[in-house]
Amino acid sequence: MSLGLLRLEGLSKRYGKDAPALDDVSFSLDAGEVIALIGPSGAGKSTLIRCINRLVEPTAGRIWLGDTDLTSLDRRSLRQARRRIGMIFQEFALVERLSVMENLLSGRLGYVGFWRAALRRFPQADIERAFDLLEQVELGAMVDRRADALSGGQRQRVGIARALMQTPDLLLVDEPTASLDPRTSRQIMRLITRLCGERGLPAIINIHDVPLARRYCQRVIGLRAGRIVYDGPASALDDSVLTDIYGEEDWDNQETPAEGSEEDVAESEA
Amino acid sequence: MSARVWRRPPMIADPRLRWGLSLAVVVYLILAVGSLEVNWQRVAEGLERGAAFAAALFTPDFSSRGADILEGFLESLAMTFVSTTLGLLLAVPVAVGAARNLSPLPVYLICRGFIAISRSFQEIIIAILFVAMLGFGPLAGVATLAFASIGFIAKLLAEDIEAMDPKPLEAIRATGGSATQTLHWGVMPVVLPRLVGVSMYRLDINFRESAIIGIVGAGGIGATLNTAFDRYEYDTAAAILLLIIAIVLLSEYVSGFIRGKLR
Amino acid sequence: MPVSHANGQPRWRRRTPAAVLLAWLGWFAVVAVLAFSWQFISERTIWMFVTDAPSQGADLLARMLPPDWAYTGRLWKPLWDTLNIATLGTLLALVIATPLAFLAARNTTPALPGLRPLALLVIVASRSINSLIWALLLVMILGPGVLAGIIAIALRSIGFIGKLLYEAIEESDAKPVEAIVATGASPAQMRLYAIVPQIMPAFAGISVYRWDINIREATILGLVGAGGIGLELMASVNVLAWGRVSMIFLLILATVLASEWVSARVRAAVT
Ligand SMILES: Nc1ncnc2c1ncn2[C@@H]1O[C@H](COP(=O)(O)OP(=O)(O)OP(=O)(O)O)[C@@H](O)[C@H]1O
Ligand SMILES: [Mg+2]
Repeated sequence: MSLGLLRLEGLSKRYGKDAPALDDVSFSLDAGEVIALIGPSGAGKSTLIRCINRLVEPTAGRIWLGDTDLTSLDRRSLRQARRRIGMIFQEFALVERLSVMENLLSGRLGYVGFWRAALRRFPQADIERAFDLLEQVELGAMVDRRADALSGGQRQRVGIARALMQTPDLLLVDEPTASLDPRTSRQIMRLITRLCGERGLPAIINIHDVPLARRYCQRVIGLRAGRIVYDGPASALDDSVLTDIYGEEDWDNQETPAEGSEEDVAESEA
Repeated sequence: MSARVWRRPPMIADPRLRWGLSLAVVVYLILAVGSLEVNWQRVAEGLERGAAFAAALFTPDFSSRGADILEGFLESLAMTFVSTTLGLLLAVPVAVGAARNLSPLPVYLICRGFIAISRSFQEIIIAILFVAMLGFGPLAGVATLAFASIGFIAKLLAEDIEAMDPKPLEAIRATGGSATQTLHWGVMPVVLPRLVGVSMYRLDINFRESAIIGIVGAGGIGATLNTAFDRYEYDTAAAILLLIIAIVLLSEYVSGFIRGKLR
Repeated sequence: MPVSHANGQPRWRRRTPAAVLLAWLGWFAVVAVLAFSWQFISERTIWMFVTDAPSQGADLLARMLPPDWAYTGRLWKPLWDTLNIATLGTLLALVIATPLAFLAARNTTPALPGLRPLALLVIVASRSINSLIWALLLVMILGPGVLAGIIAIALRSIGFIGKLLYEAIEESDAKPVEAIVATGASPAQMRLYAIVPQIMPAFAGISVYRWDINIREATILGLVGAGGIGLELMASVNVLAWGRVSMIFLLILATVLASEWVSARVRAAVT
């Protein structure tokens, strides 16, 4: 068994006296691997990825990123570890009243001091990186546009670019497409997986849309009531597995029609 | 590839306007601070007094002028109750007059003018006039606070009435209701719940104000406080201030409670 | 709905008998308090003066008209002082109230126990005491003058601004806060990037609103010696120069209306 880049060992989380939201979850993630985390609402998907960067404090278990035990870090070291973990949110979580560029630069806050951040005097390398990323997510023309003046798809692309500004070793993605229309959802998923592929960046993507998960991720982890009930290749995800994860249902499980061409990300935004 | 620069776009795009405004602000600040005439020696002496007063806050003296303090607070409270009630009763007709959807233009203008005047002047300025007319004492204070309450309450009520849905009013008029019937069945149900909240709020303000208009002779605890400061009786002044804070907090709590109940 | 049965007939009343009794008792208490208060005030009133009030009022009006226009020349400096008291006082209050608000808001207060209650206490104490009382206190401590006025305005405004601002902070959206924290930003950077942009409109609106109120309040601080146009007002009242008094009133009215207009314009622009 290879020691992955990210390893979860017996991770559990219990909110107050409720039934555990996560119960003894273990798996590991290799460099460059993009996994989809699926499961019914309330299964603990968000809790799991929030435990990894400790937006939520795990109750038990260990999380290794490389050879750092994330669960044992003090505040300072935790901040340093968080710089290595990019996160993308369902509702984008941009700072609405800041410009696109400022939102991107906020991804570098862990690396600059208070005053540089306050005066928006970031190192030239950060500015260059931001411009490069804006090109890659096709937002080159929107540098100084305020985030609240963007469409949903554009916002999520800013969210992606902000996470990549951190030059992370790991990407956590919590339902990136849940607030978007089907077409934009695909474009966003394609963009995320493409950017991860180019960088060899491992990612965990929470997603409700099983066909999308199957299409863009090689490996799928199924979560049910805080426990892993499936961990395997996306291709092996059949009706019986889905029933294991989600419960009994008539899975209208045809093959998703293959996309005609590799359309470009920004075509609908023209 | 040349270095790409980025600066946060300035809030004001036009550079002349931006620099002009900044310059104006700087010049104003220099002039304003420059025109302060501060007697630093007096300030230095004062710090000692300030420390003495701060110490007095921990040793307030309620008893040596106990009778004066009691009298002052009773007067303040009596003024508060009477003036708020009076203000409330008189504010209702003024509010109806100041609602464009109920009143003809001349009445509207007169009532709005009255509200504007009553709100523009600080209570203490109005108190000066009433003291000149009615003589020293709490009656001048009652008149002052009632006058100010009318403007305050009437403005809020008039806004409510103007924001009212016109349909029920028309329905009552259409059934042949008289003006008073319109008021009673159409306006009162809208205004009444709000009236309670607004008058609780005003009760609070009137108490705070009753604590200061005594400075110009219009009764209340303000006169006692002023005398205490004049005589450098820190302990007594501290006692009065603490009582004011306590009463304000209590009344805020009570009015919050009552408004919560009514909601 | 309370329905009682009398003689086999259901009868509907709006309230239960106990509630009716309570309501009556409530009204009785209100009337009793009012009667007692009125009695108290009446005992301390010299009614002879009051019967004289209409003629006194008419007399006063006659003396106030026309306003003493020539007197304006001497009012510009006090007016300038009044403006400075309000403006510098508001600025001073902003400098103190902003960090205070961050200490008082549930979502930004540091983990140190006791700090938030302390910040709330400062806000409450500042809010309960009228700026004129602060001025009384400061004139006693610092001596008469504009400085006492500025500090009095600031002390009163800290609570007002602090309260509205910490409420705005508590209402701010938590999602960007989480996102910024997740990048590894420090707590100070988080406040700067996630909270400050969100509260900016509220901050501007509250500041201008309080500045407008402070202009009004600054016009009277002179009554207790804390500088500004109130000093002239007190002097004119003391020598019964009612023509000057009415001139000062007109000036105050104009200033207040102007500042109200400015404040309304700015607030409309930022929201
Ligand atoms: N802050 C919290 N406090 C208490 N309980 C929580 C909290 N956050 C989540 N939970 C509970 O933990 C369980 C898992 O929630 P979680 O948000 O991780 O599920 P999820 O799989 O992300 O669901 P969804 O698909 O709806 O986003 C749920 O039962 C939820 O009620
Ligand atoms: Mg979730």
